[in-house]
Amino acid sequence: MIVYILCFILFLVGLYGLITRRNLIKIVISLSIMEFSIFILLVLIGYIDGGIAPIITGLESNPTYVDPLPQAMVLTAIVIGLATTAMLMAIAIRLYRKYRTFDIREIKNLKG
Amino acid sequence: MNSLIPLFIIIPLATAFIIPIIGKITNYFAKIIVPVVLLILCFFSINLLISGNQESYVIGNWQPINDIPIGINLVLDGFSNLILCVISLIGFLVSFYSYSYIRKYSSENNFYALFCLMIAGMNGVVLSGDLFNLFVFLEISVLASYALVAFGVGKHELEASFKYQVLGNIASFLILFSIALLYWQTKTLNIADISGLLKIGDNSALLTFTQIILITGFGLKAAIIPFHAWLPDAHSSAPSPVSAMLSGVLIKAIGVYVLIRLFFSMFIFTHEIALLITILGTLSMIIGSLLAINQNDIKRLLAYSSISQIGYIILGIGIGMMVLSSGGEKSIAILAIGGSLFHLVNHSVFKGLLFLGAGAIEYRTNTRDMNQLGGLAENMPITSTTSLGASMSISGIPPFNGFFSKLIIIIAAIQAEFYLLAFLAVIISIITLAYFLKFQKSVFYGKNQNYKNIKEVPFTMSFSMIILVILCLGLSILAIPSIREIVLDQAVNSLINIDEYINLVIK
Repeated sequence: MIVYILCFILFLVGLYGLITRRNLIKIVISLSIMEFSIFILLVLIGYIDGGIAPIITGLESNPTYVDPLPQAMVLTAIVIGLATTAMLMAIAIRLYRKYRTFDIREIKNLKG
Repeated sequence: MNSLIPLFIIIPLATAFIIPIIGKITNYFAKIIVPVVLLILCFFSINLLISGNQESYVIGNWQPINDIPIGINLVLDGFSNLILCVISLIGFLVSFYSYSYIRKYSSENNFYALFCLMIAGMNGVVLSGDLFNLFVFLEISVLASYALVAFGVGKHELEASFKYQVLGNIASFLILFSIALLYWQTKTLNIADISGLLKIGDNSALLTFTQIILITGFGLKAAIIPFHAWLPDAHSSAPSPVSAMLSGVLIKAIGVYVLIRLFFSMFIFTHEIALLITILGTLSMIIGSLLAINQNDIKRLLAYSSISQIGYIILGIGIGMMVLSSGGEKSIAILAIGGSLFHLVNHSVFKGLLFLGAGAIEYRTNTRDMNQLGGLAENMPITSTTSLGASMSISGIPPFNGFFSKLIIIIAAIQAEFYLLAFLAVIISIITLAYFLKFQKSVFYGKNQNYKNIKEVPFTMSFSMIILVILCLGLSILAIPSIREIVLDQAVNSLINIDEYINLVIK
C-alpha cells in the first residue's frame, strides 16, 4: 500500500511544480515527473507479491509470475513520453530564441 | 484474412514516411501524392459505408482463445465508418487546398508528412478496438498536430503550441491513468471484452471514478467548456488548412468519437453520468457562443464557435443517454443520437469551409482583424459566396444542412420533455446567427479603399471551397428517411445495440 501512496505523492510533486514554476524548462520537467508517476502505477498494477519474471524455464515448481502485459505497455508509453518531451523541449527552445527568456510571465500574447 | 481495413492506417503512415525521402528530389511529389491517396481512401470508405460492411480484423492473426481475445482488434462498424468518411473527405479537400496556400512556408514536405501522420493517427483511433492501442494512435495524431500548430514558428504559433502541449499532455496522462484503472479492474484491454465483464460485475465507486477521469481526459481533447482554454489559441494560430483539419476533424475523431464509443460500447452508463454529459454539453454550447460574440480576430471567432457547436453534439448525445438510462422510449434516443451524429458530419463540413475561407482572406490581405477588413465581396466573389453559405449553414438557415441537424436535436429534446434544453438550443442558434452576420458584414461588405485591387484566390483553393459549399447544401438529403437509413441509422444502431459490437469482435 505504501508504494501506491508514494506513487501518488510523486504525481502531486509534478502537479505542484507544474502550477507554481514560472520557467518553461521546469514546467517540462514537472510534466515528466507526473508522467513517470503514472508509469510506476501501471507497473505496480501488474506486480504480484513474490512473483518472478514471466519466463517459463521449467526449473521451479508452482511458480508465480508477474503480469507481463503492463510492462510491455509501460515500455511503449515511455517511448511516447520521450517523443512528447522532445517536442515540448523543441518548442521551449524556439520560444527562448524569440523572447530571450524562459519566464512564462513575459510570454503572454495570447489570452485563452 | 483478406480484410482491407488495415489499409486505412498503413497507407497514410507509409505515405508520411516516403514523403521526406522522395521529397528530396522534387517538391511536387508530396503535393500530388497526398490528395491522391486521401481521395482513394475517401472513395474506399464511402464504398464501405454504402455496402454496410461490418468487420473485425485481428492484427497478426492472434485469434481469440476460448472466446477471450488476446490480439489487437481493428473494428469497423457503422459509426466508425461514418467518421472514417469524414476524415478522408475533409483531409482530401484540405490537402488539395494546401497546394497553393502552403507555398509561403519554407518546408512543404514536412507539412505534408505531418499531415499524413495526423490522418494515420486519427484513422487508427477510429478503428482501434483495444484501449491501449487507441492511446498510442491518439498520441501519434496529437504529436503531429502539436508540430503543425507551431508550423509558422512565429511568436504566437510557438506560444499556442506550448500551451496546447501542456494541456494535451495532462489529458494524455489522465487517459493513461484511466486505462490503468480499467486494466486493474478487468485484467483486459479489449473494449468488447471489458464491456462483457462490466455487465456481470456491479457498479462500484472505482468504476464511476474511472468514468469521471475518462470524461476529463477526452473532454480536454474535445475542448468541452471547462477544459477549453487551449483551443482558441491553438486553432487560431495554426496555418488555416491545419485549423480546418483540427477544428473540423481532430477534436471529433479523438475527443467526441472516443467518448461516445467508450460510453455506449464499453460502460453501462448510469443516469448521473448521462446528466453530467448533458450539463457539460449545454455549458459548452452557451459559453462558447457568448465568448465568440466579442472576438475581432476571424479565426478566434471561428474557434469559439467550434466549442459552441461541439456543445450541440454533446447535448444531443447526452439527451439520448438520459432517455436510455431512465428507460424512456428508444425511438427518442435514436432520434437524438442520430441528430447529433448528423450535426457532427455537418460541423466538419461547414467549419472546415469557414476556416478555409478565413485562410483565403488571410492569403490575400495578410490580416485577420475584422476591424481592418471590409468590402472583399466585390473582388473575391467565390470566397465571399462560399463563406456566406457556410455561415448560413452553421446558424441554421433552412435549405442548408445545419438547419436539419439542429432541428432534429431540438425535436428530440422536446419529445424527451427537456423543454429548457430545447429553448436554449434555439436561443444559441440565434446568437450564432448574430455573430456570423457580424463576421459577414465586417469582412465582405461595406467599403474599404485598402483592398480595391485584390484578386480572387488560385484555383486549387477555390475548388475545395466550392466542393464544400455544395456539400453544405447536399448533405441536407441525409434528413430524407430512405437515405438516412443507409448512413446515419446504421451508425446509431451500432451504438444502441451493444451486443452487435461485442459479437463483431468475439465471434
